[in-house]
Amino acid sequence: MSLNQADLKKIAHLARINVSEEETKVLEEKLQGIMSLIDQMQNVDTDNVEPMSHAIEVSQPLREDIIKETDIRKDSLPLASEVQDSLFVVPQVIE
Amino acid sequence: MDWDIVIGIETHVQLKTQSKQFSAASIAYGAEPNSQACLVSLAYPGVLPVLNKEAVKCAIRFGLATDAAIAIRSVFARKNYFYPDLPKGYQISQYELPIVNHGKLTIKVGDEDKVVRILRAHLEEDAGKSVHGVSQGKSGIDLNRAGTPLLEIVTEPDMSSADEAVAYAKKLHELVQWIGICDGNMQEGSFRCDVNVSVKKKGTDKLGTRREIKNLNSFKFIKQAIDYEVNWQIETLEDGGTIEQSTILFNPDTGETRAMRTKEEANDYRYFPDPDLLPLDVNDDMINEIKSTMTELPAEVSQNLQKNLGLSEYDANEITADRAVTDFFMQVVEKGASAKITANWILGNLYSRLNESNVEIQNCPISIDALANLIKRIDDSTISNNAAKKVFDRMWQDNQLTVDAIIDDLGLKQISDSGEIESLVQQVVDSNASMVEEFKSGKDKAFNALVGQVMKLSKGKANPSQVSDILRKKIS
Amino acid sequence: MINNSINELHHGLLKKDFSSVELAEYFLSRIKKLNPSINAFITVDEEKSLGQAKLADEKISKGDLNPLTGIPIAQKDIFCAKGWKTTCGSLMLDNFISPYDAYVIEAFNKAGSVNLGKTNMDEFAMGSSNETSYYGPVKNPWNLDYVPGGSSGGSAAAVASRMAPIATGTDTGGSIRQPASLCGLTGLKPTYGLVSRFGMIAFASSLDQAGPMALTAEDCAHMLNVMAGYDERDSTCINRPKEDYLANLDHSIQGLKIGIPKEFFDEGLDANVQKLVEEALNEYKKLGAELVDISLPNTSLAIPVYYVIAPAEASSNLSRYDGVRYGYRAKEYKDLMDMYFKTREQGFGEEVKRRILIGTYVLSAGYYDAYYLKAQKIRKLISNDFKEAFTKCDVIMGPAAPSVAFKSGDKKEDPLAMYLQDIYTISTNLAGLPGMSLPVGQTQGLPVGLQIIGNYFKESQMLNMAHAYQQKTQWHKMMPEGV
Repeated sequence: MSLNQADLKKIAHLARINVSEEETKVLEEKLQGIMSLIDQMQNVDTDNVEPMSHAIEVSQPLREDIIKETDIRKDSLPLASEVQDSLFVVPQVIE
Repeated sequence: MDWDIVIGIETHVQLKTQSKQFSAASIAYGAEPNSQACLVSLAYPGVLPVLNKEAVKCAIRFGLATDAAIAIRSVFARKNYFYPDLPKGYQISQYELPIVNHGKLTIKVGDEDKVVRILRAHLEEDAGKSVHGVSQGKSGIDLNRAGTPLLEIVTEPDMSSADEAVAYAKKLHELVQWIGICDGNMQEGSFRCDVNVSVKKKGTDKLGTRREIKNLNSFKFIKQAIDYEVNWQIETLEDGGTIEQSTILFNPDTGETRAMRTKEEANDYRYFPDPDLLPLDVNDDMINEIKSTMTELPAEVSQNLQKNLGLSEYDANEITADRAVTDFFMQVVEKGASAKITANWILGNLYSRLNESNVEIQNCPISIDALANLIKRIDDSTISNNAAKKVFDRMWQDNQLTVDAIIDDLGLKQISDSGEIESLVQQVVDSNASMVEEFKSGKDKAFNALVGQVMKLSKGKANPSQVSDILRKKIS
Repeated sequence: MINNSINELHHGLLKKDFSSVELAEYFLSRIKKLNPSINAFITVDEEKSLGQAKLADEKISKGDLNPLTGIPIAQKDIFCAKGWKTTCGSLMLDNFISPYDAYVIEAFNKAGSVNLGKTNMDEFAMGSSNETSYYGPVKNPWNLDYVPGGSSGGSAAAVASRMAPIATGTDTGGSIRQPASLCGLTGLKPTYGLVSRFGMIAFASSLDQAGPMALTAEDCAHMLNVMAGYDERDSTCINRPKEDYLANLDHSIQGLKIGIPKEFFDEGLDANVQKLVEEALNEYKKLGAELVDISLPNTSLAIPVYYVIAPAEASSNLSRYDGVRYGYRAKEYKDLMDMYFKTREQGFGEEVKRRILIGTYVLSAGYYDAYYLKAQKIRKLISNDFKEAFTKCDVIMGPAAPSVAFKSGDKKEDPLAMYLQDIYTISTNLAGLPGMSLPVGQTQGLPVGLQIIGNYFKESQMLNMAHAYQQKTQWHKMMPEGV
């Protein structure tokens, strides 16, 4: 499977990364190279193999339902680019 | 042309926990913006999710209450998309392996019971809130709600009218409150429905293309939105148009639906198992422990009220629509009050008074004992039902007074002495000869008028059934 | 002080040969002198460091101390440290002053260690040469024309040049072991779940693990004693009894079986590296260990699998960098969408963007099964290979990297060649196993590392193996010229 320009456009959009026209060509080549490396997987027989998502076989621990966190706005708000009335400000969100 | 309507509902139920789904921040409603946005809610670099035990218990409780299968292993996945109120750029949600599968909920359609199949219910986290127009062309982001635990309950497309959809939503709303997993507050967004609507030609099997109406937070809006949407779809198809699968919004001001402006491009959410969360394993011990804390469900309690206490099906269902009401009712009855009269009183006078005053039944100013005594006085004919309303009004205002003291004070004690009633009847018969004649000539109405005269003469205190017995004997 | 071990520094502090403040000042002055040419540190804050050193001196004078109290340490800039700029080597976080401490930082603070500064690294830990950092490349102290390896190259260069006696690193596909190998250090990537990832900026969550980088196995053991432990803020952290990693250091290794995977000695391995690794294995034979041939048949698949799983997880982990709540935001944009696109275009470097795009691709509709799911299945096969191998041996040994350090710029434009650097290290991350590298010789004036792979939670045994070798050899004591 090869990654073409249309794919690149689509994934760049999904990932919200601007890729300029000039970059497209070089990037496409590099990504294709990586994909051909990845494609070495396709010859492997993986029938009846369980997928492995975690390095360890343990179950999810559960946290007691207790409030421990406090108001950290004095730390958190100054870290943002734009703040108004304790809200993080962004360009208008359109639904 | 005739059309079938096909409706499925996805409900986001906010779980009644103290802290968030994956962090120890409060989920209390109405706090100052971002004051409950902890490190995890803000998605700082390096922070990690840890699952809330109570939320898991809530999901299991729901599964047990809907006769569903509880998955011994379920998995959290990431749903990836960009939105300013989604701080991580992904929502953690159970995708391929949800915790609850294949439940059912029975609703009433006319006189018939109908089973709505629940496909699945899965745990996930809520997003934050965008506040529009904080200044020209800008939105503000409040992450207090981000990470709030949700159970998303998804039905099969089993409903075929707006009324069925509303009946389901109401039933579910009753149930989640009954089992104590949700506060049911729809204004605050604790119970929100996404409704999938499609239409198909009557008699065909092929489903039409559905449109999903997002975020309906009142039963009225569910009804309005579906009605509008169904009409729109039918008109569109009959005009030769096609329906495109889309997400739409309902505008309560205009009563119309419209497609969202921002289309999720191709809906490519790139789900994959969240590597920060391990598989959620639920064992029998945990399920049994939760089972042991669960009481009867509304449907069972309603059956018992009908069978053991002789309530009508309607009254029993109305009472059991709310757990607090059911508890209140049972306590009044346990004090020796008649179940039927109690049910009538709770569903009638008490309900309308609570509504008017915007008071929850848990905070009813009239005590269980007082209400039980009032009902006993109706039952033993000490006072008439009408007189009881006056007593009730006085009790609502002053809960220090006893029922008997109010009855005495207002002089409402019913006249049940047949001699006394006989003499009142005689007086009325004597002074209303023409009306007596009318009755004798066959006009039944005249009889009621005569009873009314007797009641008036007794200042409402005569026992009405005794009055009518004696009158009938006298003039028939 | 320059070549002192933790034990020696600890005794010096106890005997009042020097104070913690003096020790910190000594290393800070070395940083001042050497860092301009090596670029191992992104942030140094003398005031903060000396403040910590004063506190350590108070502890010491009260007798309230442990072996790490007052010991200076360099922290990889992937760990959030309260009040410190924490960048992960990226413009995206250039203005991020962390409001909280990572578990690892907390643990060293609690022990009374002195943070000398935050070390340079490949951006978001993506790289094997430390050339992708927004803060410029790190140089190999053995030869400034050469790379130190990556992504923990700043930490490796800091310790190799003796700007710090010890440093922390993180390892997702070899990011502790490969730079340790290229800089002549001892570095250990623990079993996945041994060290909490809380506050460690995520690259690929199911592979990332923090570990120690130092001159010797003994120092690594000291550090692991501080770093390992249960933390309920990381769901993937394993709750198990605490071990003392110093306890078994001097055990005899007589009779231990060392598995030699034939796939680690293939045509990709530099002949000089191979020779030195084989000499080290001979040394182990002399120490009484037994060498057994084993096979890890799916080794060659580790790289393709890794370049699906790691970018997939990274593409999602890095979605939070959107300019809304913290971090870089583009200066000019038309609307919300434009803000996202420009912020992420400008805030991330080339390699990071490449991996985000690859990760997005392999998870996208229509490709998930062919790539992501397939990779997860082969990951299982790779893990099974190790299970099988460990029925025949106690530890596995081989090279840590296929070559010695390469020249700066040599592989920068060739991602595929760069990715091969991790060929011998990646499979342990996929399996979650512990791995370490220790120096076993030099060729062309550049160090060569031997890799030891242990079974799950066998760090103690691995450290014992490395320590035994270091008692007989001097490679770990070598110091680059001109530092």
